[in-house]
Amino acid sequence: MTTRRQLIAALPLLALVRPAAATPEEQKAAIATYTNNAKIQRGKITIDIAQLIDNGNAVPITIRVDSPMTEQSHVTDIAIFNEKNPLPDVVRFKLTPLAGKPEISTRIRLATSQTLTALARTSDGQWWQQTVDVIVALAACVEGEAI
Amino acid sequence: MASALIHMPSTAKPGEIIEVRALIAHTMETGFRPGPDGKPLPRDIIRKFECRYNGKTVISAELHPAMSANPYIAFYIKVTTSGPLEFTWTGDHGFAQTEQKQLLVQP
Amino acid sequence: MKTQFAFLLALIITHAASADSVRPYGSDTGLPVSERKSGTEYMSPATQQMQRDDTQNPAMLWVANGEVLWRTAPLEGNGKSCVTCHTDAKTSMRGAATKFPRFSKSAGKVITLSDQINQCRTGALQAAALKAESADLLALEAYIALQSRGLPLTPPGDEQTKQAAERGQKLFTTRIGQLNLSCAQCHDNNAGKRLAGAPIPQGHANAYPIYRLEWQGVGSLQRRLRNCMSGVRAEVPPYGAPDLVDLEAYLALRAQGMPLETPGVRP
Repeated sequence: MTTRRQLIAALPLLALVRPAAATPEEQKAAIATYTNNAKIQRGKITIDIAQLIDNGNAVPITIRVDSPMTEQSHVTDIAIFNEKNPLPDVVRFKLTPLAGKPEISTRIRLATSQTLTALARTSDGQWWQQTVDVIVALAACVEGEAI
Repeated sequence: MASALIHMPSTAKPGEIIEVRALIAHTMETGFRPGPDGKPLPRDIIRKFECRYNGKTVISAELHPAMSANPYIAFYIKVTTSGPLEFTWTGDHGFAQTEQKQLLVQP
Repeated sequence: MKTQFAFLLALIITHAASADSVRPYGSDTGLPVSERKSGTEYMSPATQQMQRDDTQNPAMLWVANGEVLWRTAPLEGNGKSCVTCHTDAKTSMRGAATKFPRFSKSAGKVITLSDQINQCRTGALQAAALKAESADLLALEAYIALQSRGLPLTPPGDEQTKQAAERGQKLFTTRIGQLNLSCAQCHDNNAGKRLAGAPIPQGHANAYPIYRLEWQGVGSLQRRLRNCMSGVRAEVPPYGAPDLVDLEAYLALRAQGMPLETPGVRP
């Protein structure tokens, strides 16, 4: 059990260990590698996410892509990237025509308020992207005790 | 074994599009969070998720530390014929879990 | 950075709050049930949906575990499980969670729901008690409390529980910690206002155990109370300490009549 004194002593140490955030440049590089430097068009993607988020630990997000999801024309990839978490990647999905709707929902971690980028690839080889700005409120009290 | 919950209808019509919600218990330790001694706790996350329907992949995902703890993934399946759905999660330190659900397809 | 933040909080709170007068919600002269607001009302729509939708609520993983534990005899016990005496939890446990903390004759003191679970385990099941705040104990507590979801909190009126609630109310209104704050200053006097961007709820114990996004897991009311005490830089009592049980007893009274929401989701 951590005593109060130990807790206070540990606080500056915790501040030092805070991870460096990724940068918009790192996000750009990660996206370029992911898409193999393809030309990316804006469009076809809808990002469903709250503008003001209670807690960055579990942020619900839904990505929808405009596609008929047939054998001839469907979404093959959906990915989410960020610019201020320690790493630019969040998640990368691969879809087949068996995925009835070009839509995925999940919960992600956001370290702070930032711009998110969603990418999608359609079966004709084209890449699409959309961005959204989110504001993340932090928990007000410093807890200290892990459990 | 981590508990997992899959929500989906047990019966559907051919050609119908059904929603599947998959939730699994996992701390998804990012590798950046400091432990009690101030040093970062080592990364321990689920790295891959896959859903197969009658043996064919519907959707797969590559998860990174920015995915929330107790990962929740919801997606859709185009119903064809009756058969098993297999959900597989794999991750760091040999983590592996599979859940199965049966889908009964009736016109 | 966190130290500066804490001082800033102290400045805001001590200057914004009035004197130590409190408006107790649970006492006879307190606010009527209709004016009590659950923590749910202070959350964003996304978080509200996470709680409302059982297929999205992460706490349901704990509930699922709890259901398995309910019908599984502990290995080191006498072969009995909860099912042996209580059969179907849906019927036998309906209303149970709304009546804690309560005085237990066999324990000789006021106990919480998790104390009761352990009493059954060590007594009727002849198995080891589950550790405080352990995943299994939280799972059982969440599963049992879920069977009372929607029912109003009805703390018992026995003398010992009343006295525990009185002690709890005193604790609730006493300043503690380096930040020298009482629970009442935030949750009675400043509920609805914001503390560093986050709304201050009335602080009712009507949804526990909760999945707290900040914890990224399920935790008990005692964990939440300990967090607040740590937040005002006070000494934190260990799990099961009489002060925490007394506070639980007061909070049950303070929230009486409010429907139970377990398993809640909170930021």
